[in-house]
Amino acid sequence: MSAVTEWMDRREFLKGLGAGLLVCLTHGGVMAQESGRTFGGHALPKEVSAWIHIGADGKVTVYTGKVEVGQNIRTSLAQQVAEELRVPFGRIAMVMGDTDLVPWDMGTFGSRTTPTMGPELRMMAAAAREELLRKAAAQWKVSVTALKVEDGRIVDAKSSHSASYGELTRGEKLVSVVEGQEALTPATEWKVAGTPVPKTEIRAFVTGEHKFPSDVVRPGMLFGAVVRPEGFNAKLISVDTSAAEKMPGVQIVREGDFIGVVAPAMYTARQAVEAIHAKWDVPAQPSNDGLFDYLKSHPDGESQPEHQAGSVEQAMAAADVKVEDKYTVQYIAHAPLEPRAAVAEWNAGKVTVWTGTQRPFGVRDQLMEAFSLPVEKVRVVQPDMGSGYGGKHTGEAALEAARLSKAAGKPVKVVWTREEEFTWAYLRPAGLMELRAAARRDGTLVAWEHHNYNSGPAAISMPYVVANQLIQYHPAQSPLRQGSYRSLAATANNFARESHMDAVAHAVGMDPVAFRLKNLADLRLIAVVKAATERFGWEKARSTATRGYGFACGNDKGGYVAACAEVEIDGDKRVRIRRIVQAWESGAIINPDGLRNQVGGAIVQGIGGAMFEAILFGNGRILNPHFADYRLPRFRDVPEVDVVLVDRKDLPSAGAGESGLICVAPAVGNALFAATGQRLRNMPMTPDRTVPGVAVSGLTS
Amino acid sequence: MTEFVLQVNGASMRVEAPAEESLLSVLRYRLNLTGTKYGCGEGECGACTVLLNGKAYRSCRVSVAAAANAGITTIEGLERHGVLTPVQQAFVDEGAMQCGYCTSGMIVEATALLEENPQPTEEQIVARMNGNVCRCGTYPRIVAAVRRAAEGGRA
Ligand code: FES
Ligand code: FES
Repeated sequence: MSAVTEWMDRREFLKGLGAGLLVCLTHGGVMAQESGRTFGGHALPKEVSAWIHIGADGKVTVYTGKVEVGQNIRTSLAQQVAEELRVPFGRIAMVMGDTDLVPWDMGTFGSRTTPTMGPELRMMAAAAREELLRKAAAQWKVSVTALKVEDGRIVDAKSSHSASYGELTRGEKLVSVVEGQEALTPATEWKVAGTPVPKTEIRAFVTGEHKFPSDVVRPGMLFGAVVRPEGFNAKLISVDTSAAEKMPGVQIVREGDFIGVVAPAMYTARQAVEAIHAKWDVPAQPSNDGLFDYLKSHPDGESQPEHQAGSVEQAMAAADVKVEDKYTVQYIAHAPLEPRAAVAEWNAGKVTVWTGTQRPFGVRDQLMEAFSLPVEKVRVVQPDMGSGYGGKHTGEAALEAARLSKAAGKPVKVVWTREEEFTWAYLRPAGLMELRAAARRDGTLVAWEHHNYNSGPAAISMPYVVANQLIQYHPAQSPLRQGSYRSLAATANNFARESHMDAVAHAVGMDPVAFRLKNLADLRLIAVVKAATERFGWEKARSTATRGYGFACGNDKGGYVAACAEVEIDGDKRVRIRRIVQAWESGAIINPDGLRNQVGGAIVQGIGGAMFEAILFGNGRILNPHFADYRLPRFRDVPEVDVVLVDRKDLPSAGAGESGLICVAPAVGNALFAATGQRLRNMPMTPDRTVPGVAVSGLTS
Repeated sequence: MTEFVLQVNGASMRVEAPAEESLLSVLRYRLNLTGTKYGCGEGECGACTVLLNGKAYRSCRVSVAAAANAGITTIEGLERHGVLTPVQQAFVDEGAMQCGYCTSGMIVEATALLEENPQPTEEQIVARMNGNVCRCGTYPRIVAAVRRAAEGGRA
């Protein structure tokens, strides 16, 4: 209770809300296990409180620290609240990602919104509904069980009493504290959740009215830009700012190696940066060539096996069929179409920053630390942004804008250029995977060894039944700044495993799907394997030299996925992906339309990393920091995409923004093998430009 | 600095800017017309697409001086009296977006396409729209939206 009381005092936020019902959850919530973590050396508040406010006019406002980045949670979370409250969807307004208005949240990543924030809000909504029922029952002196609630109204059929939520709360401020667990409405009874409600506020996106973070304008706002070092880990030797200083209205801001400018126009700010001549000392650094040896020989601390069973050594020695190989993935960029952007404004010692981030509270911590500010002196506001894909966990632009604004004494906007976004953000880790497997002639897997260097442990564990296993992730010292990414290492690990599974299937002479089914016990995975292959017509698919069919499956973060791919290879060894059928299951579906959109988008994004995306780098520089040199999936690259959704109303909903990617590369690679007999073990498989240090596949796309 | 009078969405707008500044920069940062987006500044993504006399241009590659004599239409100028254009409506009906950051450029490009070719085939849509990037990968729905708009909303 006390944490909540403090929180309420700190915010002073109740004042503004007027009469109504306010629900706060103090403990026992599904998110409790996520609280209390530390980031950047800050102990984060332990209280986990979430809020719903029902106004006297019946309008419902929901407060959440999760942010909308295109994954459609503004809609899907509102659907769930509407469901439990029994109010029409249109009556819900979501306040998201404003650190002054919403309860603390770790951030929007890892497919956590649906499995954690969803149930959290549902529980609070259910508690609010129950509280209002109790209040009505007391007023009318009837039993709660006699009452019905529909459309935001409580009705007593017998006495013909009826009142809207708004009428029940009018003139009175109710604070309900949820102590226990309320019964949630089962998915089989959902009326609003589980339906394809269109994206909320969609109109503002087709008229240009929606204000993305880079669109925020403040009165008296100036524009900032930053002088970037010549390379990573560079030291400033000297700088000449005299030419820039002479430009009208330009202010130079220097703090150590940070050199920034503020100007009355964005154009002038950029010109001023161009006019500043800085000399840097850039140390020699690794490049793509030799990257994987580098990662293997530069461990970052000791590592332990993720999973170990039996003896791989003994099983390998005795096995009929053995397959051993290496797989690699390159660094790739998130390349959100909206680059990092922020507007900062200082008022009486308090800084407010509007920025695009997946972790508004994380950015708040960064600002508190950078400017030695207490929590109440920093506000981060996150307007629905031009996406992130895991690439916007950090607050670089926010810090720069705040620093420049503080120096200028005016609001300042910073928008990163595409080149800055490619160079100074962080990347999806590159990785080396070394796999060994053994099977009996009848197709029974007996041994599996999987090492991942640098890229991460996500989805590294074996979904197949194998008696002897050694599964290990080896963290390495990455030569480039790396971080989170949509489905992170699950892409790399699933690529390696599912390509290797295909290789073993061919080695034992089995159909790749039959081979997988022989070694699978997980019923959810088996169900999507069947759904995808049936829709695709796998039974009848016979690969030829110019047309290949491939399959892959996997699971991660509660999402179960299976994909069949059809590829075509022409006389010039040019590859076209013709068709992808992907089955998806992540428990009870909250919004089938939004889910289809997410899974379809993940497939398209997956095509980029599978076929042509790669960061080229050397000596502390990114060598292809432009869309002209870093190929993104475009209209022409998109095959016929067929998403088969499996709705498991009996299972809790899991997040669906990420794992839709993880089968694309192996399914396509396996299809290419089926056609050409060539096993493609390096992602991207068909790059436009040779990636130094990677054998040329000879295929293009 | 030069003073320009731009014709934007049917209104005359006076603005001072260096002649070589991009139209995108002037629209976004001097006129606060932020519906037109920055994605690359290099003509490679289409987020900044506007109409100049009805034809689609990358506003990041057009100088303000070059645009000064044209009728400029941005995403904000498509809707008339609260009524969405068929292309805008089709994007709503198809749910043809995820984050929506590419949407302005997609809609403006598609508007120009349908002006020139009211009944494009799917191949023509793909070929024409290929310069517009949707990093969220909503391409199939965008194609469906353009088809729907071409078919008078009955797709
Ligand atoms: S911003 Fe103009 S094409 Fe990308
Ligand atoms: S919807 Fe996000 S870039 Fe297209």
